[in-house]
Amino acid sequence: MDAASSAAESRTTVEVRGTVTVLAAASLTGSFEQLGDRLEEAYPGLDVVFSFGPSSGLVEQVIAGAPADLLATADTRTMAAAVEGGVVEGEPVVFARNTLTLVVPAGNPGDVHGLDDLGREELRVALCEPQVPCGAATERLLETGGIQAEPDTLATDVKEATALVSLGEVDAAVVYVTDAVTEGDAVETIEVPQAAEVVNDYPVALVRGGPNPEAARLVVEAIIGDLGQGILAEAGFLGP
Amino acid sequence: MSPATAARPADARVPVGLLVPSLVGLALMLLPLAGLAARAPWTRLPDILGSEDVLTSLRLSLATSTVTTVLCVACGVPLAWLLARTTLPGRAILRGLITVPLVLPPVIGGVALLVAFGRTGLVGEWLYETFGLSLPFTTAGVVVAQSFVAMPFLVVAVEGALRTTDRRFEDVAATLGASGWTTFRRVTLPSVAPGVLAGAVLCWARALGEFGATITFAGSFPGTTQTLPLAAYGAINRGDAETAIGLSLVMVAVSIAILVTLRKRWVSGR
Repeated sequence: MDAASSAAESRTTVEVRGTVTVLAAASLTGSFEQLGDRLEEAYPGLDVVFSFGPSSGLVEQVIAGAPADLLATADTRTMAAAVEGGVVEGEPVVFARNTLTLVVPAGNPGDVHGLDDLGREELRVALCEPQVPCGAATERLLETGGIQAEPDTLATDVKEATALVSLGEVDAAVVYVTDAVTEGDAVETIEVPQAAEVVNDYPVALVRGGPNPEAARLVVEAIIGDLGQGILAEAGFLGP
Repeated sequence: MSPATAARPADARVPVGLLVPSLVGLALMLLPLAGLAARAPWTRLPDILGSEDVLTSLRLSLATSTVTTVLCVACGVPLAWLLARTTLPGRAILRGLITVPLVLPPVIGGVALLVAFGRTGLVGEWLYETFGLSLPFTTAGVVVAQSFVAMPFLVVAVEGALRTTDRRFEDVAATLGASGWTTFRRVTLPSVAPGVLAGAVLCWARALGEFGATITFAGSFPGTTQTLPLAAYGAINRGDAETAIGLSLVMVAVSIAILVTLRKRWVSGR
């Protein structure tokens, strides 16, 4: 609570209230919801509303005029599209980093030991679509390892890919380390040595003309401040 | 228009209370279509629609919707007959259950299909353990998802047709010694053929437009499960509005073609 209260003290001059809408990458779901709850506790008049989804889709929504205050994406490429589209205010700030890992259902029914197994024809594999950040990162990871994967489905975002593994519908998926942490015992993580070479930066930016810029600034401060960084680190994110 | 209605001058005095809301409703329905037409990259359209990705999804869509329709006719016509001609106990409940997929959000249908036919599902686990068969992420899975949402259209259309046909011909056939199967094949089926055809067209159109159940149950992979609507969704998600609009135009054209055909031949009230 300390970080949130100190943020509150530093902003006593401005009353932060109303609804603030945050569009965030699917991989931020758990962490941001927790952060939102903490902020709402600290600011009784504040209502933090999230919409989670694939970063590329969120950027499209903002460009199409979605009434949002904040945009947080899972890589700099998707954020660059928003900057280019002239829909964000100022320079985006990187607040976290994430790496990929290989996950399999509990018990490892497909007998998967590494990225090489993704090329096995009979194995059910889910990868993220190439246009979403986790899919772009997966492509880079596979290239680094010189691996030709044979996916059976391309998930619209990383949460979908993770869910298919925890449901047992696929034998393996490449997801973020943080998603593997969230799933707990339903999935097993297979160490991927090459993963350290592919790191996604997570930038956040204010949406130009957002309805509640005051509250949006407060949320950004919380994300890059101790409160947000603590929550993100606990979820498995690396610091910026 | 018949001469009687053409001669009436009342048309000129539409109450404002009716005119304004009806124009708002009309605008709501037609403006999106106008938007598609206005933003369409007409000159680049042949290139976009001729690209390998688009053709792959178009082919998959046409093939799966057609197989779905055949499957729905094969199972749906007998089911409609069962509902219309027999005194099966719990028939009213059964009829209600059949219409559930009509109103159910397709994504929810997809979740239900996954729970039933997924590799760890109610029936799916047995299918997988016994036959090594697994439907999700296969083209067969797309057909199953499409059938789930499209079958009610056919059953409802055919059952309606069966209820309005004159049963005396069937009775006569029976008294002349025809078996139940022969009567169905030679008398009943020909008399409801227009109903079956109309139901099949609606069923095909619904299958072609299927999105939610397909992406949830069958996933999305080019050439295997990524049908036209899924490809359009993927295109808009990666910021490729031109391709998304191009694909949308194909769907609009097909929809209009179906409605025109239906109206001329079976639905027209005139």
